[in-house]
Amino acid sequence: MASRPIKFYQVGSHAAGNRLLDPELSSVQADPNRSNSITKGHRACQGCGEALGARYALDAAMRATSGQLIAANATGCLEVFSTPYPESSWQMPWLHSLFANAPSVATGIAAALKVKGRSDVRVIGQGGDGGTVDIGMACLSGMFERNDDVLYICYDNEAYMNTGVQRSGSTPPAARTMTTQAVGAEPGNVFGQGKDMARIAMAHDIPYVATATIADLRDVEAKVERAMELHGARYLHILVTCPLGWSCAAADSIKVARLAKETGLFPVFEAELGHVSAVSKIRRRRPVEEYLKLQGRYSHLFKPNRREDVLAHIQAIADRNIERYGLL
Amino acid sequence: MLEQLEGSRAVARAVALCRPEVIPAYPISPQTHIVEALSAMVKAEEIAPCEFVNVESEYAAMSVAIGASATGARTYTATASQGLLYMAEALYNASGLGLPIVMTVANRAIGAPINIWNDHSDSMSQRDSGWLQLYVESNQEAVDTHLLAFRLAEELSLPVMVCMDGFILTHAYERIDLPSQEQVDEFLPAYEPRQVLDPDEPVTIGAMVGPEAFTEVKYLAHVKQLQALETIPELSGELGDVLGRQQDGLLRGYRCEEAETIVVALGSVLGTIEDAVDELRDRGVKVGAVGVKAFRPFPLAAVREALAGAARVVVIEKALALGVGGILSENVQTALPHGAARVHTVIAGLGGRPITTASLVGLLEDAFEERLEQMSFLDLNVELVERELERTRATRRSGPPAENMLRDIGTVAAGPV
Repeated sequence: MASRPIKFYQVGSHAAGNRLLDPELSSVQADPNRSNSITKGHRACQGCGEALGARYALDAAMRATSGQLIAANATGCLEVFSTPYPESSWQMPWLHSLFANAPSVATGIAAALKVKGRSDVRVIGQGGDGGTVDIGMACLSGMFERNDDVLYICYDNEAYMNTGVQRSGSTPPAARTMTTQAVGAEPGNVFGQGKDMARIAMAHDIPYVATATIADLRDVEAKVERAMELHGARYLHILVTCPLGWSCAAADSIKVARLAKETGLFPVFEAELGHVSAVSKIRRRRPVEEYLKLQGRYSHLFKPNRREDVLAHIQAIADRNIERYGLL
Repeated sequence: MLEQLEGSRAVARAVALCRPEVIPAYPISPQTHIVEALSAMVKAEEIAPCEFVNVESEYAAMSVAIGASATGARTYTATASQGLLYMAEALYNASGLGLPIVMTVANRAIGAPINIWNDHSDSMSQRDSGWLQLYVESNQEAVDTHLLAFRLAEELSLPVMVCMDGFILTHAYERIDLPSQEQVDEFLPAYEPRQVLDPDEPVTIGAMVGPEAFTEVKYLAHVKQLQALETIPELSGELGDVLGRQQDGLLRGYRCEEAETIVVALGSVLGTIEDAVDELRDRGVKVGAVGVKAFRPFPLAAVREALAGAARVVVIEKALALGVGGILSENVQTALPHGAARVHTVIAGLGGRPITTASLVGLLEDAFEERLEQMSFLDLNVELVERELERTRATRRSGPPAENMLRDIGTVAAGPV
């Protein structure tokens, strides 16, 4: 596990606090001199998990590289809310080209830096799940197989949120989106579809693959830090809550992300060279229902009739993840 | 130094002399020999420092080029046909961001039906992409024009396409006078980007622009393209001085003195047109030719001047705007004052159909005798078309038309009749 063995919780309670922590080990965000790569004034929604994830990930990468960092951004929410002309929230060199090509643009940046002898400057590519697992997957796979020196971060909010909540290859089964509506005999997204991008990344045998959620931001920082210690193609897949698309309370953004992990629906792990090297164990196992109930995109599973069959099917997916990764 | 070289290899050597720093490449005929040669030169460190990136698509090739160029590297790639279409979205992005990427387009037809041979459908389809487009007549011109292209691109901070006819030029062995490294270095200074991704001076590139400024951004892009109408002749003159051979600027006239009829075209077909002009001039016919080198930006004033004395203009086009007709001729019409000359559009050489001197002479004779329609297809097999039309009239399920016509003309391996 990349993260240091720091206990943020007192045993047996949920009280947060680490007053006794060595300042050297404190988080990047706790540092008043952090880079604020994506700074105030952007136009993300309340409770946006992507803005939060990007802030932690990029500031951690900036610290790891002493500020020598360039980002290529795919089209999507992160791009739109951060750069309405002529304003920009980016306090780092940042390029937006197209929806599908952020991994290739990042490759080009890395190639240029190599030619210029700037081995001190590192490259991040980033995008949402649509730009990563769907339209951008060919470019991403090419970047992986060539082992280009890029850390690619996918902020996964499980649908095309920027265009108004349509299904992506990352949308989970039964979830309601505008193109998988809660109508018909099997409301919401169908079962048996979708891509597990982290495992696809692992199949390229790249140096580093990791997943994380915005419920454990120290873990996000640690994984970015670990990724920046390595060279070659690296992939970080962060589950980010979208209160708008998931129909959950903005105040529940972190809670929902935590439940995604604690139910087993979103396994949090690291893999090096194609092998799982560490998993984040489930701290308090929760039934999937607790996670689903907080989100309007699953409300059709509870009313007008409770869909025991669908709930059981989703629980089985969580159970399979727990078994596959040894999450307990 | 004089060498006997394949066109593609000559272009690769010229590009190498320009000291490219990043070359993303994806194979497609008839462009492949260019990037094959470059990959070998990079691997052998004959071009250094340089990164040759084998990408997974043309879309990725142009995207890698965008990233590299925005990071201040001199960037080159080559493509053709379907490949150019596959990178279309990234082409507009590269020009919109003002990135001086140079790309060779080995002109080839677009399917369906799939066809690997030469015409100008591919680059013509991207004429409004914001890239400058320079068409070359010969391999020597291709070599020289690549030097011009890098300098032009970097002066204006705009991407440049060098369009050379696939196979006809790319695969032809000709005597080439390759410039020396000293000559190229004299003409082409190191690349100084106008905008660069640099952690020491962080900038945001590619922000979202709404209605409040989009028109102005596009207006400036247009004005910047038009600047090339001055820059191309200036740089061509400078290049000519360095290389010691005359360079065409925006266009080139051939035996246009007192010409009543002028043939206008792009690319390698000009050689054949010049032969036809010679033949007719020998008979005392007042005919000339104009080869347009800079198609984007389109040199309206230069074309107007070159065609000023002509009563008849015959535009030979290796591309077809379905549903309208000509593309080059439409641009020529825009250049001419109303009623200045009769403009004929002749669609020729599609999908590699040879354009012969005999056909051109016949065509021009038709024109002189007022038998040439406003728009026509050179050497069209009317009988073949009629047979297929008859088939579609007779049978609802008449089958795929391309395959039907191949069977009609007895093409080998066209399948069962």
